[in-house]
Amino acid sequence: MKLGKFCLGLGVVALAAGTITGGASAYELTYPSLVYRTGPYAPNGIPFANGVMDYFTLINERDGGIEGAKVNVVECETAYNTQQGVECYEKTKNEGESGALVYQPLSTGITYQLIPKVTADGIPLFTMGYGRTSAADGTIFPWVFNFPATYWDQASVFVKYIGEKEGGMDKLKGKKIALVYHNSAYGKEPIRTLQKLAEKHGYDLLELPVDHPGQEQKATWLQIRRERPDWVLMWGWGVMNQVAIKEAASIGYPMDHFIGVWWSGSENDVMPAGAQADGYLSGTFHAAGDQFPAHQDIYKYVYDKDMGAGERDRVGEVLYNRGLIAAAWTAEAMRKAMEIKGSVEIKAADVRKGLEQLEMSPERMKELGLEGLTVPIEISCADHEGPGTVAIQQWNAKDKKWSLVTDFMTPDQEVVNALIKEDAEAYAKENNITPVDCPMDFEEAKKASTEYSSQGAKVAE
Amino acid sequence: MFYREAGQFKGSYAADQAIFTIPQDRVAMIVLLVAAFAGVPFILNDYWTQAILLPFLIWSMAALGLNILTGYCGQVSLGTGGFMAVGAYAAFKLMTAFPELNFIAVVLLAGLVTAGVGMFFGLPSLRIKGFYLAVATLAAQFFLVWLFNKVPWFYNNSATGQISVPPSYLWGLQVTGPETKPWAAYLFCLAFVCVFALAAKNIVRGRIGRMWMAIRDMDIAAELIGVRPLVAKLSAFAVSSFYIGMAGALYFAVWLGAAEPTEAFGINISFLVLFMVIIGGLGSILGSFLGAGFLVLLPILLKNGLVDGVGLLPVTAKHVEIATMGVLIIFFLIVEPHGLNRLWQIAKEKLRLWPFPY
Repeated sequence: MKLGKFCLGLGVVALAAGTITGGASAYELTYPSLVYRTGPYAPNGIPFANGVMDYFTLINERDGGIEGAKVNVVECETAYNTQQGVECYEKTKNEGESGALVYQPLSTGITYQLIPKVTADGIPLFTMGYGRTSAADGTIFPWVFNFPATYWDQASVFVKYIGEKEGGMDKLKGKKIALVYHNSAYGKEPIRTLQKLAEKHGYDLLELPVDHPGQEQKATWLQIRRERPDWVLMWGWGVMNQVAIKEAASIGYPMDHFIGVWWSGSENDVMPAGAQADGYLSGTFHAAGDQFPAHQDIYKYVYDKDMGAGERDRVGEVLYNRGLIAAAWTAEAMRKAMEIKGSVEIKAADVRKGLEQLEMSPERMKELGLEGLTVPIEISCADHEGPGTVAIQQWNAKDKKWSLVTDFMTPDQEVVNALIKEDAEAYAKENNITPVDCPMDFEEAKKASTEYSSQGAKVAE
Repeated sequence: MFYREAGQFKGSYAADQAIFTIPQDRVAMIVLLVAAFAGVPFILNDYWTQAILLPFLIWSMAALGLNILTGYCGQVSLGTGGFMAVGAYAAFKLMTAFPELNFIAVVLLAGLVTAGVGMFFGLPSLRIKGFYLAVATLAAQFFLVWLFNKVPWFYNNSATGQISVPPSYLWGLQVTGPETKPWAAYLFCLAFVCVFALAAKNIVRGRIGRMWMAIRDMDIAAELIGVRPLVAKLSAFAVSSFYIGMAGALYFAVWLGAAEPTEAFGINISFLVLFMVIIGGLGSILGSFLGAGFLVLLPILLKNGLVDGVGLLPVTAKHVEIATMGVLIIFFLIVEPHGLNRLWQIAKEKLRLWPFPY
């Protein structure tokens, strides 16, 4: 009985607290944050979630929200599991006055699950650099956005980089490239592109799947030791990254011939291997570090007030910054949506318009205190992928720092665009989708956005 | 006092053979079914359907299937995830190859395909028992998931190995695909589960069920009294896989809508269903539902209670939830090793004497 009364008391307190905070009259923007702070993918999920949370806290604390409307970040734990992801989606989609405005599941598996659902419910899905690559074609996936670049762009850029290092694309003939990938929709994304490029350039592709969660890779690396590929590419996530880098070190594989996707290139992934990880490469679309004005604001308005989501000394890590950019682009899309609608009371459909007309010029980035953090982007009706440019960064184990070793490289758009078109059309046919009418077709739009981005594609070191 | 058998005479064989011999039970069951079919659909929303009712119904179906094999016939299986995958991929292939095929037929055929695969992997059970059989079915689990990853024909050459369900209609009503009305999906699964739970109940209390139980209790004695192990064991594998296959088809087509083999049908699914059966009660139909409810609904209840009710951070709530589930499983297994079904029976016996126990 006592326990029952205690629970009842707690319930009353919670209810009272709810009515007090809900009593503010201003319009509140609901941003559902699907996070995973538990399970084998938590090492990567946590910094990203913290970056997102801290940016919105900063917006609320410093600016009083977006154009005066506060952002209510509703976290929901998915454990990187698709079923729990769907549960979180259903639970949060009608939350608050605005309803869920945009989803970012940070999981390719959950993305595949949600694409049909968000399309039916009319909520935009922003899968920043992950998820379904062919969603780049906005005429067939009007509700899905995957800028600034996709897995296929990355695969193509990696091959380009390898070609450069080998002394020309014609030198790729007869080379052996291994792909170590998470055996899921995510890890399988680049295979088709790499196969197509293998046909074009004549290298051999060795596909090595690693099963969830990726703690067991002895056999994979034994095979690499035996086959001696010239280069190893990796599509890994969570615990799999650390294990792969440690295994690579233990068989003495040269780290500067080992390139991870941008989800396999954060501090958490290389630290466990210690000094042996020195020279490891990975793709990226932004800089690391906390030297930007926005980070100083985060220290001042968020961490000094003890409202930070994570630890102060981890602000500025690669994945933290990625969460920050995800939040910044989302916030700007919301602002754009308000501008289009002429009111702060935006709904999910307005945010879709905001995302579609999002333009992040270098000047705007400077105003946000993020100058040089990432490339400028311009999204359009047909092109939901943006420029598709990718840079490569290298880990320096002594200074514990990531630094860019290349400029932003443009992928082999001839190959990638054709693949995107083919896949998107197949999807449209399977699901009886009539393409949306856009002013430009996909290829034109893509060209325009690549040009736009190249004007200021210089990222601070 | 309210719940008693005294004075309730059975005047015919039919009455004696009824599933629910006590009128109260019968009435309660009818009320429950009427509420489930005619009441719940009106108050449903997406969250209730997607997060609570569909998982409950579909896991119940899978638990029913495994309970037939493990609970009634005594053959331990760790291949449930793999068999569900067979059901799901069979449904996917049927739906994409024959778009005109009625969806009810798709689910039944997916069950039949799985029954065939299940019988094949049940063959070792004629020679090996217990833990060794568990290992043999574990091989089925890994082999099947590997197969669906490896052979592009199964996923129609999609770029990522994902399968996603095409929309299908029954009497003009959409039952699969994202535009499905929540109540349509719910009613479809509910109807399937009710019909097949009734069928299972009748199979297990008939000749076939008795044959299975004889094998379970002592296979040599069963053989001596004329039960053929080959028929008994393989029929148990077939019927069990049929149910699990249908559960897999519903899981993929109605609930998830898209799936990839490694995550959706991994070994953890096999363990989950086995735990449902053990916690619910081996060898009981009601136990399958109770076990599924316990393992599927309690985490969601805990999560919602802790996050929305108590106001914990989602991550803390998750840790508390994992710990609580573990503790509760151990608690129930210590307090009642025969599962929740046995607890319910004890409660009923107590209710018969209440309020004048002696």
